[in-house]
Amino acid sequence: MNARSVIRLLGTIVLHVVMYALAIIAVAPFLWMVLTSFKELGDILTFPPSWWPKVFIWQNYVDAFDAAPFGRYYLNSLVVAFAVMAGQMITCSMAAYAFARLHFWGRNVLFYLFLGTMMIPGQVTMIPSFLVLHWLGWIDSYPALIVPGLASAFGTFLMRQFFLTIPRDLDDAASIDGCGKFGVLWKIILPLARPALATLAVFTFMGVFNDFLWALIVVSSEDMRTVQLGLAIFRDRYQTDWGQLMAASVTSTLPILVVFFFAQKYFIKGITLSGLKD
Amino acid sequence: MYRELTNARRNRSDWLSALAFLSPTLVVSGAFVVFPLLFSFYLSFHTWNMFSSQATFVGLDNYRKIATSEEFWAVLKNTAVYTLGTVPVNMLISLLIAYFLNKKLAGKRLLRTAFFTPVVMSSVAAAVIWRWVYEPNFGLLNTVLGWFCIPAVNWLNDPAAAMSALIVMGVWKTFGVNMVLFSAGLQGIPDHYYEAAEIDGAGRWSRFWYITIPLLAPTTFFVLVMSVIGSFQVFDTVYVLTSGGPLGTTKVLVFYLYEHAFKFFEMGYASAVAYVMFAIIFTLTMLQTKYLKQSIHYSA
Repeated sequence: MNARSVIRLLGTIVLHVVMYALAIIAVAPFLWMVLTSFKELGDILTFPPSWWPKVFIWQNYVDAFDAAPFGRYYLNSLVVAFAVMAGQMITCSMAAYAFARLHFWGRNVLFYLFLGTMMIPGQVTMIPSFLVLHWLGWIDSYPALIVPGLASAFGTFLMRQFFLTIPRDLDDAASIDGCGKFGVLWKIILPLARPALATLAVFTFMGVFNDFLWALIVVSSEDMRTVQLGLAIFRDRYQTDWGQLMAASVTSTLPILVVFFFAQKYFIKGITLSGLKD
Repeated sequence: MYRELTNARRNRSDWLSALAFLSPTLVVSGAFVVFPLLFSFYLSFHTWNMFSSQATFVGLDNYRKIATSEEFWAVLKNTAVYTLGTVPVNMLISLLIAYFLNKKLAGKRLLRTAFFTPVVMSSVAAAVIWRWVYEPNFGLLNTVLGWFCIPAVNWLNDPAAAMSALIVMGVWKTFGVNMVLFSAGLQGIPDHYYEAAEIDGAGRWSRFWYITIPLLAPTTFFVLVMSVIGSFQVFDTVYVLTSGGPLGTTKVLVFYLYEHAFKFFEMGYASAVAYVMFAIIFTLTMLQTKYLKQSIHYSA
């Protein structure tokens, strides 16, 4: 082996060590959460802390579920996330079809104005949006958590860009066969747009499931709390009961992480597409 | 004549069906984007506690109050410190990781997933975990620092340390997003540039410096703009990790806005704060576009 290849080998080894060390730092808080959630209190409050629990216990989970209805929180979050996801798949596809396929006066101006709304920070529209829901009598209900999320400039953009890549001949053939516009969208375009729909679905689902500020504002009763809101309030109440807190955190993150591992590809695609806006 | 008629008919019917296809989106964004945008502008010139029937016109008073509020300036400073603390470090780390993930590495998928885990977690859960990491007596961070003989710090209760704690967590939580964006940018650089440079005798470092960096400039620009916007809007982690404390040292813009709107019900003042925030973010984005975009000469 000559000097050059020795250096190259060393470089490869150092690179691996550094990258794996960084990866461990990235997941360490997460692992520590999982391990702490299985520890007894005496085991948690020891110095120096040990990674591995002396005895594995479930008690923290039992206590956390006794202290707060995490099942109900989960149900709320799932209902809201699925509703917004399904709703956006419909509304964004429809709007995208209009922007990609129909001819009407002011189409491009409207499209770019709509895209421009992505520049508006959500905090600017937050107060009046709350008031609109208040006037509608929807505060502290599912519609308050769902309806404002049913339009998305990002989702419409994503779908439109994909629709533009689908050959128009297919639509024309279908129209000649007597297919209406909804029929073209439903039977021809959407089946071909599955990858884009999947990206939109995963991206929306994750975003809504993890959202906190909006739920904090529009939810007041315990029954309507989402997982994130429930967890934040739980942490306020059980400041230093680390075992229970970690059990609650595991409960509220692990299932969604599992979902993510199966849908990682689409989520990453969504982020990448957000970088293509301009 | 016939053609004109069918054309006209087709255009009209397109217009009608466009309205049908767009209506859900128009109604929702009308009620929750367009109207709120205008109404909060209107509110910013009024005082209103939401419970009284009438908002009182006060002209520019809210904006004057903001300009003379010591707390607002402290909050703005905190937000700026958070942004300056997270964005550059975040971008550097995510660029380097994306760069090396693009090389030959064993277990690339596993590594990528590990780096992405913090992004996928909800910020609330992440902040709960980090409270435990920052715990002064039994926390992970002080333990690790102890190995290097660094004395324990009461991260979340020491006014001098809390912002650093927030920044470290912020970088940890979001670098994965930028890593993905940089990865996409790196994959967009055609191989033949590197091959040509290698033939010309360019080393690894000069290839990185003279090909990767310039060709990645559009991505870097986008990442910078989005990161600045994102860090100006930080809220969840602040709420759970420090609730703005200790002594207001981690109170950031959105937290201040949230307090005034939904704790003190000063809807007019909070709307003015929201517009000031909008103006700041808009100005920062424009400044970055003006001064940085022109330095991007290359495009892949």
